[in-house]
Amino acid sequence: MTQPSILLEIDQGVAMLTLNRPDNLNSFNVEMHEQMRDAVSKVRKDSSVRVLVITGAGRGFCAGQDLSDRSVAPGQEAPDLGESLEKYYNPLMRSLRDLPMPVLCAVNGVAAGAGANIALACDITLAARSASFVQAFCKLGLVPDSGGTWTLPRVAGMARAKGMALLGDKIGAEQAESWGMIWRCVDNEALMEETMKLAKHFASQPTKGLALIKRALHASASNTFEEQLNLERDLQRMAGRSEDYREGVAAFMEKRTPTFKGK
Amino acid sequence: MPNNLLVDGPADGVRIFTLNRPDALNALNTELLGNLSRALDDAEADPETRAVVITGSQKAFAAGADINEMASRDLVGILEDPRVAHWQRIDRFPKPIIAAVNGFALGGGCELAMHADIMIAGANARFGQPEINLGIMPGAGGTQRLVRKVGEALAMHMALTGEPIDANRALQAGLISEICQPELTVEKAIQIARSIARKAPIAVKLTKESVRKANDMNLAEGLRFERHAFTVLAGTADRQEGLDAFREKRKPNFTGR
Repeated sequence: MTQPSILLEIDQGVAMLTLNRPDNLNSFNVEMHEQMRDAVSKVRKDSSVRVLVITGAGRGFCAGQDLSDRSVAPGQEAPDLGESLEKYYNPLMRSLRDLPMPVLCAVNGVAAGAGANIALACDITLAARSASFVQAFCKLGLVPDSGGTWTLPRVAGMARAKGMALLGDKIGAEQAESWGMIWRCVDNEALMEETMKLAKHFASQPTKGLALIKRALHASASNTFEEQLNLERDLQRMAGRSEDYREGVAAFMEKRTPTFKGK
Repeated sequence: MPNNLLVDGPADGVRIFTLNRPDALNALNTELLGNLSRALDDAEADPETRAVVITGSQKAFAAGADINEMASRDLVGILEDPRVAHWQRIDRFPKPIIAAVNGFALGGGCELAMHADIMIAGANARFGQPEINLGIMPGAGGTQRLVRKVGEALAMHMALTGEPIDANRALQAGLISEICQPELTVEKAIQIARSIARKAPIAVKLTKESVRKANDMNLAEGLRFERHAFTVLAGTADRQEGLDAFREKRKPNFTGR
C-alpha cells in the first residue's frame, strides 16, 4: 500500500497535519490536494480540536506545486493554471484562513512556491534555522499564488515583497524572522519541541476568543478604522457571551488558574 | 412532522419567521411557502405586529425551490401552480419585512430575500440565481427584482451564468444594506425591525408603499404618489404627536391613528 500524502493525528485538542511526500519535498499533486482538503475539513468539523499544526515530512517543508504534474510539451496547448488554483489552492487557502482556531506552521526545511505562501499564511509560523522561503514563481514566468501577493506585502512590507517575488531569491529563516515574516526562527533540533509547546498552550486557551481575534485581524486588511471599530464591537459582543469569558473572569476574581473549554 | 416555519413573537412589535427545513437547506417547497404566506396573513391582521423579520439558519437562508416538487409539474401543473399566489401574498404584505440572510440565498431563496424591504446579510452569505444550470430560469421575480437592485450588468451575469456573489459584492451592488458577523445577523435584523416598530405605523406603511412605487412608476407619477401620501399623513394624530414631541424634546408616543 502506498503511503498517504497527508498524515493527520488528533490528540488532546492538537491536530497534527504532516505533508507526506518526502521524496518530492512534499510538493502538491492532485492526490495530496484531495487528502489535504479532507484533512482540513475533518479538523474543522472536529469540535475537540483547538489548534492545528502543519509541518512537512523529511528534509523539506513543501516545494509547492509538483511540476512533473504540469509539464508542457512544445506545441502543446497552454494549460489552464487558473483552474488548478480555483479548484485546489484557493479553496485550501480559504479553508485554512477560516479555521476557528490557531493554525501553527513548523517550517522544517525549504518552503517554496505555494509551500512558502501556505507557511506564511498560517497564524503562527516557526521555522528551523536551516529552513528557507523561496518565491520561485518568477523564475518560471508565473505569479506568486496561494495568496502570496496578498500575504507578502503584509508580512514583509512592499519593498521586500517585491524583492522576493521579482527576484525569487532564497530567504533564510533568520532573515525571515528579522523581517517579521514569521513568528520565530529556532534551532533545527528544537523546532518540533517548541512547536508542540505552543500547540499544547493553545489547546488550553479560550479557542473561541482566539478565533474572533483572527477574524478581526484578517478583516483589518480591508476595513477602514471606523469599520474596524464597529467590527471589534460586534466581535467583543460575541466573545462576551462565551463560556470561556465567564470562566476567565471567575478565575481572575477567585485568584485561580482558569480552565478554558474553548467554547 | 416538525414545523417547517418557526414563528416567534410579536415582541416589541416584531414577529420573527425562521425557515426551518435544515435537511433541505431550507429549500422553499410549496408547503413552506404556503406556511409563510399564512403567517404573513396573521402578521398583517395583528395590530401588535409592526414589522417582520424573515431568516433561515446560519448555513442557509434558503437554497432554492424544491427540485423534486418542481420536476413533478408539467406545463399545466405550472400554469396552475399555487405558489404564484403565495409569492403575491408576500409581495403585497404592507408592513416592513427585514430579511436576515446567512449562508445560501439561491434561486427561490434569493428571490424571497429580494421580496424583503430591507436585506442584511452575514459575511458568509452567497446570493445567486442558479436556475439556468438546470435548464430553467428564475420564476419568482429573480430576473426582475435583481436587475432593479443590482443593475443589468451584474443581473445578466448572475442569471445567465448561475454564479453566486458573496456578501461584499452584494453590498457593493446594492442588493443588501449591511454586512454583519453571521452570528449577529438575526440580532441586527431584529434591532432594525424594533426601531421601525417604534415609528408611527401609518407613516411607515405609506413610506414603504411610496419607496416601492419608485420601481413601478415614472418619476413624475412617483412624485405625485409621494406628495399624496405625504398629504394623507397630515390628517393623522401621530403626525401631530411626532412634531410636538420633537419640539418639546421628548420621545413621541405613537398610537397608530
